[in-house]
Amino acid sequence: MTINEKAVFVFAEQVDNRITPVTFELIGKARELAAQLDSQVVALLPGYQVGSLVSELVAYGAEVVLLADHVELEHYRTEPYTQVLSQTIEKFQPEIVLIGATTIGRDLAPRVAGRVHTGLTADCTALEIEEETSRFLMTRPAFGGNLMATIVCPEHRPAMATVRPGVMIKRIPDDNAAAQIIPFEGTITENEMYTTIQEVLKKGVSKQDIQDARIIVAGGRGMRNAEGFAMLKDLADVLGGVVASSRAAVDAGLQDKSRQVGQTGKTVRPILYIACGISGAIQHLAGMEESDFIIAINSDTTAPIFNVADVGIVGDALKIVPKLTEAIRSERGL
Amino acid sequence: MKIIVCIKQVPDTTEVRIDPVKGTLIRDGVPSIMNPDDKAGLEAALRLKDEIGAHVSVISMGPRQADAVLREALAMGANAAYLLSDSAFSGADTWATSSTLAAAIEKLEYDLIITGRQAIDGDTAQVGPEIAEHLGIPHISYCEDLRIEGDEVIVKRQFEDRYQILSARLPVLITALGELNEPRYMTPGGIFDAYRESEVIVWTRDDLTVNTANIGLKGSPTRVAKTEAKSVKQPGTKIETGVDESVQYVIDKLKEKYLL
Repeated sequence: MTINEKAVFVFAEQVDNRITPVTFELIGKARELAAQLDSQVVALLPGYQVGSLVSELVAYGAEVVLLADHVELEHYRTEPYTQVLSQTIEKFQPEIVLIGATTIGRDLAPRVAGRVHTGLTADCTALEIEEETSRFLMTRPAFGGNLMATIVCPEHRPAMATVRPGVMIKRIPDDNAAAQIIPFEGTITENEMYTTIQEVLKKGVSKQDIQDARIIVAGGRGMRNAEGFAMLKDLADVLGGVVASSRAAVDAGLQDKSRQVGQTGKTVRPILYIACGISGAIQHLAGMEESDFIIAINSDTTAPIFNVADVGIVGDALKIVPKLTEAIRSERGL
Repeated sequence: MKIIVCIKQVPDTTEVRIDPVKGTLIRDGVPSIMNPDDKAGLEAALRLKDEIGAHVSVISMGPRQADAVLREALAMGANAAYLLSDSAFSGADTWATSSTLAAAIEKLEYDLIITGRQAIDGDTAQVGPEIAEHLGIPHISYCEDLRIEGDEVIVKRQFEDRYQILSARLPVLITALGELNEPRYMTPGGIFDAYRESEVIVWTRDDLTVNTANIGLKGSPTRVAKTEAKSVKQPGTKIETGVDESVQYVIDKLKEKYLL
């Protein structure tokens, strides 16, 4: 059993025996890159009793699956996972290694890059192989998203990148696809770099800082009163997000100042920003226009918020928000 | 208990503007600050100092001007400050930066090392774990709370949907989230002492035992090929239908974007 030279490796992240979706996106991208390199895509799957997940990886485009099934790998811990990745990289010498920029990926990747002594580019939003030079170009936002930087890794191999979830496109799954399955044959050794998991706490509703939130549901004057903001709280809860507001709502005493977005409040860049009943004064836009995906709900079709929204819904937020909450709840089976 | 905190001086990215023609940063007039996650890490170290007693050293790698954030750390209550400054260190990526910082840390004694999760100018979150790897010690990233119990550190580690309570035998490197705490202010006496009484020890390339092949631009596996200003966003789709259609449209979009 062999793996081609210049293979593109993808770290197949699983939590509680479920593949993290970004993995499929990475496989999709890896197939494009591997085609240009005339090589193949290898998914490396560490976990415990995760053999049943292999077929999913294959359906989404993995041509080889390296299966590291070991009791030490049941729950993510940095050191045993690092041992699996670095041993695999040293054995198979891939050209490129892609890892999802999740809190696991961004913990694991630098540890592995440190160990195998190679370059790592964080949180990429574009990856390509330049036609003329065959250089692997990794593009990422820097300086708070003000600048896009393109990084190369000229001499060290593999070139490693963590990749932002939700950016790359997954393939349409093919249940008839076949792949080579190779078991991980390295060793996992307990050493002084081990940590011990004492307890796992599932997150409930958090009162986290709006600047750290990945999903924000924000309300303005259009939400009218405390009842309106309670609707936003329900929506934020089903999405796993937090509530923020415009200055108007803070001035009206509906929200705490710490949750104000805008010029005189906080600047936020969540992956999803839902603006409800916010007209979109320039001061508010300055604090949120860099969000990855913006949905605006406002009854005034001329509201400036629609100029920065990816999706604009003209309508009464007080009517739409509760129905949206219900729809998401049923989608998620909550 | 000996604690080392790594801090970085960064431009306040909320104030950064881009030259739309050249696609480069306009740094003039942009204030330099202590990186927020690092400041939370420093505060965590100072709280341990207050509660159980500790000697807190701060280290920064950067130009001579980074002296300012080290003096700020001293004024907040750090005991000693080191600045790694040499043209041989410049142009370093995260691998070379971490190898330089690790070489400096090896000259000091430590039980606990704290770095910020990530710096607001680079947003890589890579230097902390890479330092730990160079030193051969465990790291725990995304720390939201920590305490010391005997010869172990107990950390509340954040994930997307859960926390792990992790323990590890010291020495350990922790990367701190901004929400770990609310950093204290400098005291007037502290500011006075930081500038009049304390010194910032400057180490150059010759002070460190590190292979030249592992520092600066030469020691960096990655290179910046190009930079450009982010393209200006175009307005998206606006729909004016009934409530139910609107809700369905939003649901479809959220699915398309993997947000549901």
